[in-house]
Amino acid sequence: MANWVYSGLRIGVKSTHYPRAAEETPGVSPGLPMGRPLRSGELGEVVDRCPTGALKRGEQRIVVDHRRCVHCFQCVRGTPDPLRWQEGYEWARRATPGEAPASAALGEPLAAPFSRSLHVRVVDAGDCGACLREVKQLSNPYYNLHRLGFFITPTPRQADVLLVVGPGSDQMRSALEKAYAAMPAPRRVLAVGACALSGGVFGPSFMCSDGVGSIVPVDVEVPGHPPPPLAILHGLLVLAGRAKEMSTGETRP
Amino acid sequence: MEARTATARVPQEYFEHIDVLQEGQRSRCEIRSRAGQLPELCRWVRKRGFVFVGLIVEQEPEQWLLRYVFYPSRREGDEGEASWVHVISSQPLPQTTFPSTLEVIPGIDWHEREAEDLFELKFEGHPKLGDFVLHDDAWQEGLAPMRKEFDAHRPIGHRTADPNWRPQRIVHAAGAFAMPIGPIYSGVAESAHFILETVGEDVIRALPRFFYKHRAVEKIAEGRWPEEVMLLAERFNGISAFAHGLACAQALEAIGNIDVPPRAEALRAWLAELERLRHHVGLIHDICESTALTVAASQAAMLEEELLRLCGSLTGHRYLFGLIACGGLTRDFKEAELKSAVERAREVLERLSRLESNLIRTGSFLDRLEEVGIVTEKEARAYGLVGPIARASGLARDLRRVQPYLNYAQYAFDVPTESEGDGYARLRVLFAEARAATGIIGQALDRLPQGPVRTERVPGGPGAALGWAEAPLGAAFHWVRLDDEGRVSRYRIIPPSFVNWHAFYLAAEAFAFQDFPIILASFGLSVSENDR
Repeated sequence: MANWVYSGLRIGVKSTHYPRAAEETPGVSPGLPMGRPLRSGELGEVVDRCPTGALKRGEQRIVVDHRRCVHCFQCVRGTPDPLRWQEGYEWARRATPGEAPASAALGEPLAAPFSRSLHVRVVDAGDCGACLREVKQLSNPYYNLHRLGFFITPTPRQADVLLVVGPGSDQMRSALEKAYAAMPAPRRVLAVGACALSGGVFGPSFMCSDGVGSIVPVDVEVPGHPPPPLAILHGLLVLAGRAKEMSTGETRP
Repeated sequence: MEARTATARVPQEYFEHIDVLQEGQRSRCEIRSRAGQLPELCRWVRKRGFVFVGLIVEQEPEQWLLRYVFYPSRREGDEGEASWVHVISSQPLPQTTFPSTLEVIPGIDWHEREAEDLFELKFEGHPKLGDFVLHDDAWQEGLAPMRKEFDAHRPIGHRTADPNWRPQRIVHAAGAFAMPIGPIYSGVAESAHFILETVGEDVIRALPRFFYKHRAVEKIAEGRWPEEVMLLAERFNGISAFAHGLACAQALEAIGNIDVPPRAEALRAWLAELERLRHHVGLIHDICESTALTVAASQAAMLEEELLRLCGSLTGHRYLFGLIACGGLTRDFKEAELKSAVERAREVLERLSRLESNLIRTGSFLDRLEEVGIVTEKEARAYGLVGPIARASGLARDLRRVQPYLNYAQYAFDVPTESEGDGYARLRVLFAEARAATGIIGQALDRLPQGPVRTERVPGGPGAALGWAEAPLGAAFHWVRLDDEGRVSRYRIIPPSFVNWHAFYLAAEAFAFQDFPIILASFGLSVSENDR
């Protein structure tokens, strides 16, 4: 009979110190491209290399819309004027109000009683499996979301946060709407991954939305393709009022 | 068996003509079936030992072209270049009824259902068409989105789901209960739906309903450039992104007759095996989690995370996105980085082996897997199953062996096979394949050639070819057709999960309700890969 208790204890504590301290182990995050000023004489041809329109020419600058970045690395590989890449993972931002239903609470973190007890309902609206896998990693000893008071709940009835991944495939639309409708107030929606924020390489089309924000009101967005577990954790911390959203240093066009 | 020999023996009454075409380095034998003889011709091809891959439907300006793809199953000591066989059936566009080949090829079932839903073709003799890809309660009839006339970017006015729609019930018995599961599951899981018709504890029927995650990848690929379609190939199933990207790249390279440099071939195999290792550790975690053996699940999850960090620190992306391109790879790696990666992978494997030895000494865990969720070899063969599941049922098919690609012929590796076909056999195959994958990345590093990692050439066009790879879940096939401009006019993916989900119900039925999540985990199939 295997001694699971012993083999577990032998491994010891592996949890990251984040959010108390930054996690700097290599490989915890793919990073994101950074905008930069246009160099003198540069036409910004690197902008045309982006297949999803995440790069735009602003005022003398190359501007990055992180919601559209699908990590193809075309802006850093095989080009004479590559963009710089930022390491890190604290990317969560409030969703741009845009056409979301008018709601005073949209994007506001949940009130204090929820900050150390957040229950999350995860809904897959057509993801490729990578975002879902990163969400699953949150329960592994390295990230251990339970130590922060965050829990995955099996029912929307007991959920504070609806975590949505995927580009909003049409045949998941009504299931997603029902899951949101079943949540009692106060509730928040966390859209995770480029597909959920912009449709990624799939949407908009007759089968996919241009972001799940067109199906449920999104409070906080986490870009990435997929966002690493630490980025998703940051998104939850923002909703719990325990972390600041990404600074607006990176403007969106 | 030799193509010429095979074609010389095809009975005259079955075919109109036969062409042998070059596809890059390979040849394929296209047999155009005579009207009304399609099922007989397919039966003849199967009897000669050819393995059915899938059906590719194409709409040409004047005709429907149905392509039934087969590859020769190699036996030890087979001489000669064995050509693939494509049985072609065509009809003028207004004629949309074809004979079903279900009696001859059980694995054609879902292909015909998909073609009916997406192209509005009828397959005479198929017992159940409809409500497959396009759900009846959500979409109006006659949509046919894969037809050229349908504009993928024109928004369809949103329909209200029919509130009176009910799934079909099969079991009518005292105490029969239909338990719907999904599309949203209780944990963190992909969206798919099952109806378990139970009498007491026993699952009498398990009826799956997929395509909730359908993103119409094949449709939106049309009109795009090859580089854009490569992005779709990598991203429609992120957990085996590299393998699918590889299959698509190989199709494009065959169209353009592009030679991939030797270093790129070797690195592609290296990365594909690293992906297989990481993928299988993830499945092992899922199996432990399904049986609620939490300590084992945590240990497996840590190993998966370490492999993700390894992939991330080496390549820039935890799931290996952005590495593969038509003609090679987008970047090279230093010797020292690769060496360090192999050492770390070996270290993970050592701990994986310790996990395995603990698991096989845990009776309560084995009880949930042994003799549960059985797929027999006969069933695996009939349904044309692929991947670790097929190998756990005794069907030793692995494209790296039977249809080698890249430089796999140079490496010594096991293709582990078991015979019981139960959950435990599938688990053992996963551990053995993880070991074999680690062995290959060591060998690949020892013999890595120097040189460039990419041939900068575009595939051009017009032309069409099939690319394939043994993805972590099994044989994956990508068919790409490029038009005169070099844009994609048809993109067909035949993923291993599509083939294997078809047979899942065989394992789930005749077991208890509580076994269902464990059988699901022991199959480890991907819904996003199936749904595309």
